[in-house]
Amino acid sequence: MFSFSKFFLASSLEEAYTELLKNKKNIILGGTSYLRMGNTPWNTGIDLSNLNLNYISETEEFINIGAMTTFRQLETNILLKDFFGDIFNVALRDIIGVQFRSNVTVGATVFSKYGFSDLIPVLLSLDAKVKLFNGGILSLEDFLNEQNIRKDILVEILIPKKYCKTSFQCVRKSKTDYSIINLAICNFNNKITIAVGSRPGKAMLAKKTMAILNLSENIEKEIVNAMKHIGDEIPLDSNMRGSKSYRELLLSALLRKGIQEVLN
Amino acid sequence: MKIVNTSVRKVDGVGVVTGNPAYTEDLILNNNVLTIKLLRSPHAFAKIKAIDTSIALKVPGVEAIFTHNDVPETRFTLAGQSFPEPSPYDRRILDEYVRYVGDPVAIIAAEDERAAEKAMKLIKVQYDILEPILDFEKSIDSHILIHPEEVHTNFEIGYERKRNIASKAYSEKPGVEEGFVKSDIILERTYYTQPQIHAMMETYRSYSYFDVNGRLTTVSSTQIPFHVRRHLARALELPTSKLRVIKPRVGGGFGGKQTAVCEIYSAFVTLKTGKPSKIIYNRKETHTCTTTRHEMRLDVKIGSDLEGNIKAIDINVLSNAGAYGEHAPTVTSLVSYKTFPLYDTVPMRFNANIVYSNTMNAGAFRGYGATQGTFAVESIINELAHKLNLDPTEIRMKNLVEPGEGKYITSGDIKKCIEIGKEKFNWIEKSQVREVAPNKVRAAGMAVTMQGSGIGGIDTAAATIKLGDRGDFSLMVGVTDMGQGCDTVLTQIAAEVLDVPMDKISIHSADTDLSPYDPGAYASSGTYVTGNAVIIAANKMREEILKGASKMFNTNINEIEYLGNNLKIGNNLISLEDFAQRSISFEGMNQITTTGTWGGETSPPPFIAGFAEVEVDTLTGEVEVIDYLSVVDCGTPINPNLVQVQVEGGAAQGIGLALLEDIKYDKKGKPISDSLMQYKIPSRLDCKNIRVEISNSYEKTGPFGAKSVGEVVINTPAPAIADAVYNATKVRVRKLPITSEKVLLGMFDL
Amino acid sequence: MLLTTTINGRKKEILIKDDDYLLDVLRKEGYLSVKRGCDTGACGLCTILLNGSPILSCSTLAARAHGKQISTIENFPKEAKTFASYMTAEGAEQCGFCSPGFTLTVIAMTKELQDPTDDEIMHYLNGNLCRCSGYISQLRAIRNFMEEIKNENC
Repeated sequence: MFSFSKFFLASSLEEAYTELLKNKKNIILGGTSYLRMGNTPWNTGIDLSNLNLNYISETEEFINIGAMTTFRQLETNILLKDFFGDIFNVALRDIIGVQFRSNVTVGATVFSKYGFSDLIPVLLSLDAKVKLFNGGILSLEDFLNEQNIRKDILVEILIPKKYCKTSFQCVRKSKTDYSIINLAICNFNNKITIAVGSRPGKAMLAKKTMAILNLSENIEKEIVNAMKHIGDEIPLDSNMRGSKSYRELLLSALLRKGIQEVLN
Repeated sequence: MKIVNTSVRKVDGVGVVTGNPAYTEDLILNNNVLTIKLLRSPHAFAKIKAIDTSIALKVPGVEAIFTHNDVPETRFTLAGQSFPEPSPYDRRILDEYVRYVGDPVAIIAAEDERAAEKAMKLIKVQYDILEPILDFEKSIDSHILIHPEEVHTNFEIGYERKRNIASKAYSEKPGVEEGFVKSDIILERTYYTQPQIHAMMETYRSYSYFDVNGRLTTVSSTQIPFHVRRHLARALELPTSKLRVIKPRVGGGFGGKQTAVCEIYSAFVTLKTGKPSKIIYNRKETHTCTTTRHEMRLDVKIGSDLEGNIKAIDINVLSNAGAYGEHAPTVTSLVSYKTFPLYDTVPMRFNANIVYSNTMNAGAFRGYGATQGTFAVESIINELAHKLNLDPTEIRMKNLVEPGEGKYITSGDIKKCIEIGKEKFNWIEKSQVREVAPNKVRAAGMAVTMQGSGIGGIDTAAATIKLGDRGDFSLMVGVTDMGQGCDTVLTQIAAEVLDVPMDKISIHSADTDLSPYDPGAYASSGTYVTGNAVIIAANKMREEILKGASKMFNTNINEIEYLGNNLKIGNNLISLEDFAQRSISFEGMNQITTTGTWGGETSPPPFIAGFAEVEVDTLTGEVEVIDYLSVVDCGTPINPNLVQVQVEGGAAQGIGLALLEDIKYDKKGKPISDSLMQYKIPSRLDCKNIRVEISNSYEKTGPFGAKSVGEVVINTPAPAIADAVYNATKVRVRKLPITSEKVLLGMFDL
Repeated sequence: MLLTTTINGRKKEILIKDDDYLLDVLRKEGYLSVKRGCDTGACGLCTILLNGSPILSCSTLAARAHGKQISTIENFPKEAKTFASYMTAEGAEQCGFCSPGFTLTVIAMTKELQDPTDDEIMHYLNGNLCRCSGYISQLRAIRNFMEEIKNENC
């Protein structure tokens, strides 16, 4: 049973961070949807609810998404749709239900680097960055590649502003299940970015496949070639939702569907 | 018929939709109720060498901890079946052996959940870990013996403990061998059906307390209050007179609550501590430590001539009982009971072994073996149709039963269901394979099924009606409404016979102290069996009212007419209210109460022809059910709306069985489908278009011509969808569920 | 800690543990329409409205309701009864255990979505599981309910 002894409502990020460092059993509370499924007794649960981290806004260069923003907000946001098309809506709207997505926060999901996440590949394909309270700004890709979970606070996600064509592809056993595998593809001025998640490991970019497509004069002609190569670079595995060999077949099939979508 | 065969609203509908407290946990009034948690085995098979609870008992708030040393020696079954149960008495409240991951090791009673959880972590158990049998196909004659102790059976059920066989079943319609000799074509196929989880929304729970008279009362979300009381009496070694079981509103059952899963724990704790106690299974326990549908391997052989006249069917079944043998012989028998009569002129043989294994135990589940049998038999008939290049509906028209006097099936018409379905479903067009978009192929498949209505020759139910002092009626029954609406249907039946509006009748169910005996809600018996008992009780009530009026008004009974709200005596009208008041008063000294008891000689079957249209994504293997039509023949639908929703809901559960639902175990036998996140039941988006057509018939032994509908609804989706997928892709999935992975990998194997 | 919150329009002060979830607190306080169906946020039975939006009370810390407005179905007697009449007209309520949370989500949906399509309805309510009905009867009830709301607003 998940539990903690003290609820700490932080009045500033500094205060939250100081509290976090006090004890290794102190933890930042996100939406607490996944945290509660764990079995760890924590010391202090630090709440960021009062820090105005619930926003989707824009600056000159970026769309900024606060850590406490919920999936439901991403899914219904006009600004994100204007720049990136329907990808947030398509990727998120089938996760359990409206109420669940109103609980789940961007910050907790990204910080936890969940392998099953449908959001992380989307952010990865859009070249997003994460802003940590202590660690500063770094690319989401680098952040995901870090093996350790930092003792830090994820403050916001930054997505470079660009009008692009996007596609989210996944296969789910039932309509509201976790993805067996998922792909997010972004086409910005004929430069393709491909992120693969639910491998079932955490999401990663398919860089070699991206290079094959991006070095080509005619992307469409390279699709078959790319379908052959993507399996070589993306490590896949089996879990209760699907075998490695099924994921291999899906990966190339979904790549084809996704590329076709971002070209049309 | 004024009230019967109309879609009246359920008597309890508005109350539950608007959130009135009604369910077991809502009714716990005592703030000091103990919370029970069970320490469960992490091992699939082990012998407990030692348990130390001394530290755990020191946790503040812990009231008591019980181990196998503290419970009676008596062994029993928890199956919800009439006495003498055809299930082995193979379990104790706690045993020194644990036989599946999740088998209870200790019972912890504490003032709240936190204290109980804390204590649970502090109980020290030393296990002698034994090699388990996780694959039920390896169980018979294994060197591993799952039940080393002596086990009682009430009569011969083919129990062979030393071979891990919980029971055997056999039946035959003669001529099978000759049939195969006469066949031009013989197919042999092996099918597998998976264990399915009931996943009712209200998890298992019970609440016990001593009443003011010192009787041990258990409030339970159960389908079988009378069987629960009998099981408690045996397990706790108490006389039934000291026990009372109350069933409040039940939040879904589907057969799961036909096994007394959790009542023994609260009753035992209250018995031992004298204090009220509750046990509420969480979702994980509900999905891993209760019962499942029996997993089966079905080897089927079919022989036919080239025109599709089936000459013989031979079915060999291996069925997984899991750790304990509840419902083992009966569930598996329905593989034959509900397929043989459908193809009544075809020689058929059925042979089954039901085996123990170290997995969660199997039990009753809507469809009760008919589901598994239907999948195998209907699938091989579809395969035969393809071999012979026949339309699946045609081959069935050649072989399905024609009802008639003197036959096993005397009413209803499965062939008519097919005819209706062909037209309403647009079968001719939809059964053609079509590419509707790039890599999207549509096709259709179909299957037929039957179930029963009650257990013929065994189960009887009673209903009691009381005329109240103001002319209202109380209807008391022991059958349990778990959502299917039998409270409403029985009220409709009573209102029809008594010729009064439904709001003149209040229904009460169920309380072993107050309700007349009823086996409970299972075997599709509510409308058919208890409904007939209600008719008898209501007709007696009319007679008794006439008799009472005759006496009171000193008038010949033939001159009194019963008009429902009024009695006509000569030329005078007297209201029932007035009569009732006077009858119960000093003037009449006559409390009119009548009881009807009824049991059927036969179990007349409802029928369904099911039609599925699927769309398969040939790049990913994903299968979507585009259209599902059930054509149902359940005799007279007492409440057409409730019939329709039963059929829709059963189809959805059947679609789940066909495509999604599957219990996964890890290598050590620990179930990992332990939540609604990991064990997916169909959501709204998975059931877009389920349709129902009612084919009317009249069953003369049924109440107003009615048969059952609760179980038959779940049987056709799996074989119909399997064949639709085959038609779309040429991939034949014989092992449920039909996942996108199996379909896509199958396409690569072609 | 002392939780100060408003439940169905009434201001309440409730002594809670720091890590209590709202579902447990509400049931303890006697709001028995709020049901628990799972332990993973997957079923929607425990849905309540927090400041008007549907959330899962099983996954929301009670401490986070401080200073906020909680609504259970009892806060919408008129809407709930009207919707119940459409549900019961279809026989769609079946076991009823999922009904209060589902009904509350429907009420929230009618406030949030204007004239939704069937697909939008199904998506909005997809977090409310039902094992009995197969969902189709619920959709029929919702369509009729939405029709009445539309006519009222005309």
